Amino acid sequence: MSSDGPIVIIGAGPAGISAAKTLAGAGERPLVIDENACPGGQIFRRPPPAFARSETQLYGFDASRARRLKSTFEAIAPSIEYQAETFVWSIEDRRLHLSTAGTLKSISFGRILLATGAMDRIIPIQGWTAPGAFSLGAAQIALKAQANFIGRRVVFIGTGPLLYLVAYQYAKAGANVIAVLDSSRPFSKIMALPALLTDISNLSRGLFYVGQLLLRGVKVQTAIAPIEIVTSDRGVTGIRYEQGAQQRQLDCDAVAIGYGLKAETQLADLLGLSFHFDRHQRQWLPVTDGAGRTSVPHVYIAGDGAAVRGSEVAEWEGELAALSLLEDMGRGAQKRAAVLRGRIDSLSPFRRALDEHLFPLPHQFAVAISDQTTICRCEGITAGQIRETVATMGEADINRIKSFSRLGMGRCQGRVCSAAACELIAATACVDISVPGRLRGQAPLKPISLSVLAGGGR
Amino acid sequence: MFQRLPHVIRERFIVQVDGHPVDAYEGETILSALLSGKGFVRHFEFRSERRAGFCLMGACQDCWLWHVSGERVRACTERVTPGMRLATSQPGGTR
Repeated sequence: MSSDGPIVIIGAGPAGISAAKTLAGAGERPLVIDENACPGGQIFRRPPPAFARSETQLYGFDASRARRLKSTFEAIAPSIEYQAETFVWSIEDRRLHLSTAGTLKSISFGRILLATGAMDRIIPIQGWTAPGAFSLGAAQIALKAQANFIGRRVVFIGTGPLLYLVAYQYAKAGANVIAVLDSSRPFSKIMALPALLTDISNLSRGLFYVGQLLLRGVKVQTAIAPIEIVTSDRGVTGIRYEQGAQQRQLDCDAVAIGYGLKAETQLADLLGLSFHFDRHQRQWLPVTDGAGRTSVPHVYIAGDGAAVRGSEVAEWEGELAALSLLEDMGRGAQKRAAVLRGRIDSLSPFRRALDEHLFPLPHQFAVAISDQTTICRCEGITAGQIRETVATMGEADINRIKSFSRLGMGRCQGRVCSAAACELIAATACVDISVPGRLRGQAPLKPISLSVLAGGGR
Repeated sequence: MFQRLPHVIRERFIVQVDGHPVDAYEGETILSALLSGKGFVRHFEFRSERRAGFCLMGACQDCWLWHVSGERVRACTERVTPGMRLATSQPGGTR
């Protein structure tokens, strides 16, 4: 394959910005394409100027990193091309099909670096489609990008470090946080995990958030299992859950749900990258050489879209992938690459301790979902319908289940439901979690109106 | 219902949703304005059920509604503009 044409970076979060800086520093002029209006990715989302909230209010401990990334981007802006509010809706024959505010454009590329990030991993429960139930990431975006709380009395449920961070951000901004309900039992394990000591600053931040929540009188409960979100026809009115043998209920008008993150891999899929099932993160991830190269020549990947390791690692990975790209163009910087690999490796025991011990994915919850619970929000497909399809058809491949049941066939292409659906399918068919496979990505990756496709614009 | 942070002061205007006025503020997404004023974004196509979006990052596609002219619009990524006229059910549709 030829590598003529521009270098394109997809995503302007920590990984994408860091890659752009590296390439610009080497005299290249990459094109950075991003869905958001401002650079920074989901982590450093910012409100429109009219909202006037300070970086410290927005990002807390990460304010200095937010400022640094912002000034990095400003410094390289003259040396790169940047297209905001633009999404790639298809890739074919080394051409990217782009949509910017209803205007379509195709460009060819020589090399491409994916920095597409991650989104929340969700385990559905009864009531999760009602107004007032949102993903944990959504709760954070409402606050950071829109200066809103998702409700007046908010419960955070799920597991993972982000659960405590967002709850703390809400409490600090003045929200009425009713409870943090964690399916894991992190506090009983902290002392038994020496790997956590490899990143004292992140560990102490986490403990700070928990301490602040407790100081503010927020109920923090661990080892819980959700039963249902209680709803009226207007939306969320409460949540029911189990803790040990006890059933409990809390009144609230909003629930934020998140069980860690899952990589956004639709573009990697369209580009034909090889995937492997990662047992630690319990998801399908693109195969890499550990330095940002993928199974397809001229295609590179970095950040949470490659494997969920957080925004600090994403920055290093962005630089490393850009260095690999430059090396493949005959311009090596192996010394720097070795330093970056060392840094990334040094944090992997910490990440593993988080994923496997502190906040393990409670995949058994997916198996316990009641038959009437909606799994696929787009098409309204319930857990019962999926179980029935698996049982009647004798199928365990999620793409086959999709064609029989319409699961994952809606507008989101299974982004929200496929992780839980795979758990459900595997459990029903009594097969390993890798057997259902992954939903194939299809163009257009996100909806485009027919009038735009027909060239009418709007 | 969304709750706006009290200390953030912005220019206020009105958008029409299903023919009724809803308060909106400069810089808000359609979703923020609707959830602060109305409490939902759209009616689900396949059942009698209100939906209010879920991810707020343009991934779940659960917050599409309509301009009264019939064009679809995604509430979490589109900003409000003064005088905007929106519909939570498809204009001219059966639901």
